[in-house]
Amino acid sequence: MTLIDRLFKDTPLATRREITPKLGFALTVLLAIVWLIPFLWMGVATLRPPSDGINAMAELMPSLKPTLDNIRDAWEIGDFPRYALNTTIICTGILSVQFVTITLAGFAFARLDFAGKSLIFYLFLMQLMLVPVLLIVPNLSLVAQLGLYDTLIGVMMPFFASAFGTFLMRQAFEAIPTELEDAALIDGASLLQRIRHIYVPLSMPSFSAFAIISVTSHWNDFLWPLMVINSPDKRPLTVGLSVFTATAEGTQAWGTIAAGTLMVIAPLLVTFLIFQKRFISSFVTSGIK
Amino acid sequence: MSLAEPAALPVAASAPARLHILNRFSHRFKASLPAYLLLLPSLIFLALFTYGAMGRVFVDALYQRATPKAPLRFVGLDNINAVLADPAFTGAVVNNLIYAVGTAIPSIALALLFALALSRTNAVTSALRAALFLPVLIPMVAASALFLFIFLPNVGLLDYYIGRFLPVLPNWLGDSDIALYAIMVITIWKNAGYYMLFFLAGLQAVPEDVMEAAHLDGAGPYQRLRHIILPELKPTFLFVIVIATLNAVTQVDHVFVMTKGGPSNSTSLVLFYIYEQAVEHYDIGKASAATLLTLAALMGLTALSFRTMANREGGA
Repeated sequence: MTLIDRLFKDTPLATRREITPKLGFALTVLLAIVWLIPFLWMGVATLRPPSDGINAMAELMPSLKPTLDNIRDAWEIGDFPRYALNTTIICTGILSVQFVTITLAGFAFARLDFAGKSLIFYLFLMQLMLVPVLLIVPNLSLVAQLGLYDTLIGVMMPFFASAFGTFLMRQAFEAIPTELEDAALIDGASLLQRIRHIYVPLSMPSFSAFAIISVTSHWNDFLWPLMVINSPDKRPLTVGLSVFTATAEGTQAWGTIAAGTLMVIAPLLVTFLIFQKRFISSFVTSGIK
Repeated sequence: MSLAEPAALPVAASAPARLHILNRFSHRFKASLPAYLLLLPSLIFLALFTYGAMGRVFVDALYQRATPKAPLRFVGLDNINAVLADPAFTGAVVNNLIYAVGTAIPSIALALLFALALSRTNAVTSALRAALFLPVLIPMVAASALFLFIFLPNVGLLDYYIGRFLPVLPNWLGDSDIALYAIMVITIWKNAGYYMLFFLAGLQAVPEDVMEAAHLDGAGPYQRLRHIILPELKPTFLFVIVIATLNAVTQVDHVFVMTKGGPSNSTSLVLFYIYEQAVEHYDIGKASAATLLTLAALMGLTALSFRTMANREGGA
């Protein structure tokens, strides 16, 4: 049994001898390799000693004398610990406020009946259509008026409410049987207590799906923090990396650029490789974001 | 859900009846109060940064300053006209259209190929899916840093491995005829794996027994794709096309990092134009006018696609 046969062993018997699907598969394998080359180069170049010279920089064969010098240089020159701290503050700040806003709003839509429900629902829906990046100009002047220019809070604020998260939580809460809530109601639990002790614990999968989408998208945000942040010590990783790249490009320090890039994306890549299935299913739901 | 109920009351609304309606409304508001309180935190931020921002764009687009320090004055549609007459804007629109078509079609085609090849789940296909998905996760800025070296003239990855087969080494990012296409390659690399996920989900809906029946009737792989799989994937296509178009306008960080719109504006896209007007020329009026035009175009597109989708579902 050849490898190809083994890969196709669960296809319907009738179509197993067709050649086109196998060609398509071969092409995909080839492209997957091409897709990985930038990452491969990043790893190899990070470990390549600067003494190998610029002409060997593109070589994809790892150097025989690997070094951590590039990582140390990037760490020291680039101020990456500070950038990483800022990005962490931004992502956790946004996510914590979002958890509160989407839980409360999601519950209102899922379980409460109120006047103007569909109108307010459409108001939320509108946020999905108005892509936030396009509103950078008016939002920047608002942030400046609120006195939040050049602050991390200013970077976070436009994302505190999330229509996508609200709809996700509404869906999760609707699936929870009302009998559970009724029991708590008899015991005299208040509205917030019922949300806190019944709805939230039972909706953890939805919270984690939302957390994945929220953190990856704000970890990767660039244009908005670039506009709001002015002081170098408040830059998030993306803005820091772009400044660092621009400087290091002038001195042709490609090994340090590779090391800096590696530091910026490593946390996301490692988390992805551990929670691969969860990431994939979260990203499928994020399509409506 | 009973907003319509008051209308069902007797038409001859005497004073007590009217009072009754009023009471009902206040009662209904009281009953709704907890819900409003729960929605309030979200609504405050939406009001500030979504609806408020929308309103601001409309207003700001109508005003202009003669110099950055001069007082604002009302100029009506002058900003819109100025933007439409600005060759930098029309150039950015044309670039963005080329960029949108040139990234959407290849990345969607590749996504479909990947999904068809990897629709069955086993260890090998899972690993390949992960490999193709990796670029989706990383920031556009990080992708730009990697591709800056890949496109580097003479010593970069591309020239090092492929350059020897070319008669003349092109300057990938420095040549105004090529730079936009180089930028497009990065987008395709980054997004194909994302769109693949939607096709993988869509392919679950293709019934296996229909495929087998078609095969027994003598339909080859191409015919099955054309007549069974593609029709089944139509909603997925529509959905992915909308996302790809939105991305073509909004996901353009690499232009900021790699080319800054150059050489000679050949990679200037609409969002970059807006940024330049606002941040570099301090021209909020023109930036808002350009934002307004872009928003109108995108909302028209989404509305159109939603309508097509609704029509399809209604007709089916």
